Amino acid sequence: MNNRSVKGMLIFLFILLSLYFVLQFVPGIPFTWAQKKLNLGLDLKGGMQLLLEVDFSEVNIKKADKENAVQSAIEIIRNRIDQFGVSEPSIQRIGDNRILVQLPGIQEFERARNLIGKTARLEFKLVAEQDEYEKVLTNVDTYLKKNIEKYAFLKEVQEELAMEDSDVASDILDDVADTTATEEEAVETDLLDEEDKVFTNLINSGDTPYTIAYDYVGLFKELIKDPSFKKAFPSNFQLVLGKDDKDDPKSDRPFYILYSNPEITGDYLDDASTSTGKNMSDPKTYNKPIISLEFNRNGAKKFANITGQNKNRMLAIVLDDVVYMAPRINDRIPDGRAIISGVFNMMEAHDLVIVLKAGNLPAPVNIIERKDVGATLGTDSINAGKRAGLIGLIVVAIFMLVYYKIGGVFANIALVLNISFTLSILTLFGATLTMPGIAGLILTIGMAVDANVLIFERIREELASGKTIRSAVDAGFARAMITIADSNITTLIAAIVLYNFGTGPIRGFAVTLGIGIIGSMFTAIVIVKALFNTFVTSSNRDKLSL
Amino acid sequence: MKFLTNTNFQIIQKRKVAYIVSAIVILVGIVSMVINGGPKYGIDFTGGISLELDFSPVEEGTAQVQIDEIRDVMKKAGQSGAEIQRLGKDGSNIFLIKAQTSEEGNQMAQILKAFRSELPAYANKTEKEFVRLQQEIGPRVGEELKWQSMKALFVSLILMIIYIWIRFELTFGVAAIIALFHDVLITLSIFSIFGREISTSIVAALLMIVGYSINDSIVVFDRIREDLRKHHRDSFENVFNSSINKTLSRTVITSGTTILTALALFIFGGTVIKGFSFAILIGVITGTYSSIFIASPIVVDWFQATKKDHPRFKKMTGRK
Repeated sequence: MNNRSVKGMLIFLFILLSLYFVLQFVPGIPFTWAQKKLNLGLDLKGGMQLLLEVDFSEVNIKKADKENAVQSAIEIIRNRIDQFGVSEPSIQRIGDNRILVQLPGIQEFERARNLIGKTARLEFKLVAEQDEYEKVLTNVDTYLKKNIEKYAFLKEVQEELAMEDSDVASDILDDVADTTATEEEAVETDLLDEEDKVFTNLINSGDTPYTIAYDYVGLFKELIKDPSFKKAFPSNFQLVLGKDDKDDPKSDRPFYILYSNPEITGDYLDDASTSTGKNMSDPKTYNKPIISLEFNRNGAKKFANITGQNKNRMLAIVLDDVVYMAPRINDRIPDGRAIISGVFNMMEAHDLVIVLKAGNLPAPVNIIERKDVGATLGTDSINAGKRAGLIGLIVVAIFMLVYYKIGGVFANIALVLNISFTLSILTLFGATLTMPGIAGLILTIGMAVDANVLIFERIREELASGKTIRSAVDAGFARAMITIADSNITTLIAAIVLYNFGTGPIRGFAVTLGIGIIGSMFTAIVIVKALFNTFVTSSNRDKLSL
Repeated sequence: MKFLTNTNFQIIQKRKVAYIVSAIVILVGIVSMVINGGPKYGIDFTGGISLELDFSPVEEGTAQVQIDEIRDVMKKAGQSGAEIQRLGKDGSNIFLIKAQTSEEGNQMAQILKAFRSELPAYANKTEKEFVRLQQEIGPRVGEELKWQSMKALFVSLILMIIYIWIRFELTFGVAAIIALFHDVLITLSIFSIFGREISTSIVAALLMIVGYSINDSIVVFDRIREDLRKHHRDSFENVFNSSINKTLSRTVITSGTTILTALALFIFGGTVIKGFSFAILIGVITGTYSSIFIASPIVVDWFQATKKDHPRFKKMTGRK
């Protein structure tokens, strides 16, 4: 094969490749041998992106096991997403313990986030008995009284409460003003005692379960996280919040004192499903969403033992350290079935079943970065990109035409080929077009003509120095070639660095920039040269309008 | 049609003027940065939240939402330092809200909840209709990103200096890098003066400017190398000056077409990439300027001061 036919082949291939993209947009063409379509990034399609970090700080785990833990976290998250029903999700591991999740097309951001981020550790724990409740609460009160300085937020609340109390007290005092002095004293000592019960003062300990006012839920959460607070009472107990009421989120929250050791966990779960309560005689579940849990054989045995041995005690169903419900055990349950009811709507129940079935994450994951793009913004971005690109293209094309005439025609052919070449390569390699990617594409419109400008300017110079058209064209191409290579390689270096440094959208920019540069070098050096050879130098013209 | 051909501007001879102009612009930029306490970083570097919300009234006939109403809600949600901006023209109901948050956690949900309860006439609709964009970045991620960006810029500079060193001569490489620093500094200065913030996409733009500016400088260097071989006897100043003049039309046309596309992107490209295209616009202008008025003149100064008889230089230029 001689040099010319190699070039001819290259040009043929290049044009074929460039057409590849255009064809996917032409309706009615039987384009079955290449079903690939250009992927649009999250920022153009709408959707959600989460960067998760597996948090080992509270889990005792060996280094080798961390590796497995991250892997299994990825698997579990993938499972959950599959069940949730997202087309083309992308779940990638980044670095040691980070996971990047991309869910294009998703619009229910909050819901999907809850689904993915949930640790989903299901545990059944016995609720402490009444005397144990009192013991733990006394321990807590004593501890807090001693260490109140450590808990500034609590001190503030305590002072507030004390103020309210003293208001009440003075009211009472006013009321009893005409009674005897001894009675007055009695009221006062009573108050002092009350003040010592820092924690008990915060809660409502009338009915079970005990509750805490909505305003103090934050405090409560901080307290029960504090390691030294946990040492205030025996470690076989723990304080756990109940689930909030979705219909009345500002209502008092229940809390429980539980045995820390779970009786049985979600590891023994065989299946979970949702349904609606059918039992008319039970107003708590009738016609409301319920989740049915089914333990495996070992689990069922265990569950039967637990329920048999703890009749009349309360068993809390705990998911991610929140008590969903704590029913009283009426009888031994032999068949390994349990239901959760009453604290969620159907959608929540459905999502809970997904996470329960997919299993729990080996360690909690934190969302350290999130981005949700609405579908409208994506569409707006695409339209804006199209408009900017079209206007840029037209302006540059007109300029080239006016300034370089026949050369401008060639350059514009090269330009259009170059754009569709870039898009085709992106399609072919399954790359993703992002908004910065579109920007890169538009900028290459301006930059890609550079190679042609270098060539044409050089040809003009050679013509001006008195050369014939043919030798001026040859010399122009030859001289400009070195410059084109040198200057484009540096831009390519920038694109490669950008690709390695960047995340998602920035990478998209680097890729389009890189492909655009390569395409523009090829079109200028090979295709425009061929066009010159065919239409200018071969027909022995004596004038070249360039 | 032709312009800027056969020019003979005294660019090298008057290089001090360009040095002074650049120094002044950079100085003003640095002063502005010092006054503003460093460059203004976007939330992807500081950590924080950014929300693009559609406050179109739920029912027709409701008055348009006011920026102050939104600010009040943000204050109530504990974000008094939030930055609120109407996107597009006055008739637009789309707002961009940015706030820096110091802790990781689900603050976004609270803010959205606050809007729903405080401004139901505008916010009481589905998430799909209300939220165009929400982004939350942990401060740790931002800090890491800052380092990564610095590293990326540094690595690309090193690679380019090596490439030019191999293809030309160290002097050219160093001069090109000085021109690059000049371009990046001026872009950052203009960003500081206009109070625009530096985000990751701006770093991408800076890297692209680095690539573009080097590209431009190399075209001139290439011509200088060629002319130095051709015109053995001429003085450095004359050869450099004529090379710059010969490449002037190409330099101006290429940056012209690039500026045109960058401008199209800036005007029509939508809100998402406004900052990015603004950076590109400035970068291409300074990149062009520096490749003409800074990069090559520095080489002349250097040659005149030191390297006239360096063997590598002789080899490259063919001069004795």
